[in-house]
Amino acid sequence: MAETHNLQDLRHQAAVASKVYVQRDYNSGTICRFQTKFPSELESRVDRQQFEETMQTLNNLYAEAEKIGGKSYLEGCLACMTAYTIFLCMETHYEKVLKKIARFIKEQNEKIYAPLGLLLTDPIERGLRVVEITIFEDRSIGSGR
Amino acid sequence: MKNCEYQQIDPRGLSTPSSTQPCTENNVQRSRRKWEVFPGKNRFYCDGRIILARQSGILPLTLGLIIVTSGLFFAFDCPFLVTHLTVCIPVIGGVLFVFVVTSLLQTSFTDPGILPRTLPDEAADIEKQIDTSGSSTYHPPPRTKEILINQQVVKLKYCFTCKMFRPPRTSHCSMCDNCVERFDHHCPWVGNCVGKRNYRFFYSFIVSLSFHTSFIFGCVVTHLTLRSQGGNGLVLALQENPASVVELVICFFSIWSILGLSGFHTYLVAFNLTTNEDIKGSWSSKRGAEDSGNPYTYDNIFTNFCATLCGPMPPSLIDRRGFLPPEDIPPAVAVDMGRPPFLAKNDTNMEENCQGFALSCTA
Repeated sequence: MAETHNLQDLRHQAAVASKVYVQRDYNSGTICRFQTKFPSELESRVDRQQFEETMQTLNNLYAEAEKIGGKSYLEGCLACMTAYTIFLCMETHYEKVLKKIARFIKEQNEKIYAPLGLLLTDPIERGLRVVEITIFEDRSIGSGR
Repeated sequence: MKNCEYQQIDPRGLSTPSSTQPCTENNVQRSRRKWEVFPGKNRFYCDGRIILARQSGILPLTLGLIIVTSGLFFAFDCPFLVTHLTVCIPVIGGVLFVFVVTSLLQTSFTDPGILPRTLPDEAADIEKQIDTSGSSTYHPPPRTKEILINQQVVKLKYCFTCKMFRPPRTSHCSMCDNCVERFDHHCPWVGNCVGKRNYRFFYSFIVSLSFHTSFIFGCVVTHLTLRSQGGNGLVLALQENPASVVELVICFFSIWSILGLSGFHTYLVAFNLTTNEDIKGSWSSKRGAEDSGNPYTYDNIFTNFCATLCGPMPPSLIDRRGFLPPEDIPPAVAVDMGRPPFLAKNDTNMEENCQGFALSCTA
């Protein structure tokens, strides 16, 4: 059998060994940005380059959500003119990007992190404070990484 | 590798089956939504769609004053002004009234940008990072952490209630017992905090209210002037139109404070400040100069306006209408979570001790 395993198997056999939290990076102000520094607890689990790429893409997505430009001004002015009632019926640009982020995290978990025994939690579930990475300790499969 | 379909696991309910097979042992009652267990002092209506501060005592007064004054205006002044001047007057009045009431309700009922409190694992992780001595007794974490924003040193304070370092511009509102992002102030007139998510509604409310009050005041003065010219003088006109007198008095007294507030907030928006920062004088050392010390400003009044009022609308972080995850975590998994044992046992005692300390810090 292959050395890698999917989260379905982990769920039945593994337990949560620990959790790693990647905090926010406030050096550029209050925009949503996470630190790209590679946590030491993941040294043996995942490739550094891969992890940094995931975090950078995540940061780029949040930057896209919070971008102040023509489109956001248009949305803001339109909302102001309709006395903000438009928010009751229309999905905002930010919400659309959040859905994109959720899909991205799910895809990253499926393709890269679940086979390595890791699980990324969408930051929106933690109030956009941290990226929580759950490390599963695999007991049953002897030939684990 | 086997081609299994991936199912996202909620790490908090680890050993429970997937969502398609609900756990029958603990699900005898209906699943609860997150607003029902929200730790802050807020009230929720319409199954979590509407959020208000616990004490919203003056909101009915605000709403009442606006509706009564506008009602009297439409009922008593408009008929006269329509026949003597133009039909545009009630139309303009109506549009302004709609703007005022909509903005007010949105300011009051929108989540101002409340930050959800940390889960125990996250709080333990933060404390572990700070407390490097490794001793087994519980030390409260240091109160501040310094970071650099746009080459300006900013101190992040640790919130003992929410158990996290507050992001920049976030403050803990003692009335609502929540950390609010870009905290401006707690407004009793709207019965809610004013923060990142509802500042634009609040600004729109006070600006439209200024226009509305001035408009009604102007129209009432015009009305009384026209009547006194046509009839037997001002005193008789006043006696014959008590409603207009009431409106005059209300508008006269409120116009000063509302215009003042609008002007003040226009200044704050132009320089990308919050009331909280202005009152504390956080960036006041070089105010007026180009480098005002405020690391958040775009150094351009127009850009500051656009960013604050027309920027993207951030989402609500507290997920009021989400369902709570299954609460049962078997002992085997709980032990593995790496939570320090003393934290679980002494948490409630420490919480009370820290609460008093926290109140004095966050005041």
